[in-house]
Amino acid sequence: MDFNKELDARGLNCPLPILRCKKGLAEIQNGQILKVVATDPGSVKDFQAFCKQTGHELLSLEENDNAEKKEFIFHIKKRT
Amino acid sequence: MAKKLALIASKGTLDWAYPPFILASTAAALDYEVQIFFTFYGLTLLKKDLGELKVSPLGNPAMPMPVPMPNLMQMIPGMESMATMMMRQKIADKGVASIDELRSICLESGVKLIACQMTVDLFDFKADNFIEGIEFGGAATFFEFAGESDVNLFI
Repeated sequence: MDFNKELDARGLNCPLPILRCKKGLAEIQNGQILKVVATDPGSVKDFQAFCKQTGHELLSLEENDNAEKKEFIFHIKKRT
Repeated sequence: MAKKLALIASKGTLDWAYPPFILASTAAALDYEVQIFFTFYGLTLLKKDLGELKVSPLGNPAMPMPVPMPNLMQMIPGMESMATMMMRQKIADKGVASIDELRSICLESGVKLIACQMTVDLFDFKADNFIEGIEFGGAATFFEFAGESDVNLFI
């Protein structure tokens, strides 16, 4: 999937992935897409909750089992 | 209209420094308007130097220890420093944010930090012991915001 900015949140624990994501979203335009890669398993529920409450759109959630530590990849479209 | 979160931070140890700053920074990321009222030992969390924050295993039997030992052993001199050192190491290893970082994010994202004026006087703290960008106030100041908040927590 295409994206406008990528954020590496691997190795970070709650609530840092969300806080960095918020910062990343502030750096792109409305309607643009932020890709976030995280390894915190708790981030799956947290990103869903974050998007639900803020109105940003969670376009996709993928899991990568081939990495050294399982990765969760989010594509988030900034609210317009 | 933005939701509002009002917190009271009353504890001043390294472990208990986390809940108020984690909740406040996350709520701010969720577009909440947030205020934290720091009272009694919680005032320590507003000091410029957070290096003095410690964690004590004494009287805290739930704290995971590398070697099981009677809780009373925790009063041996040096145990507190050792526990604090181990905790800081674990925090870094596990990718958990430092208190410094969470506090900075709170300030950047507009969380209002209020120091309890009464406790400042009680403990003879000086205004320049504290970081910039905070306010000083009393219980009535807290209620001005807490009274119209959606979530109120005492920590």
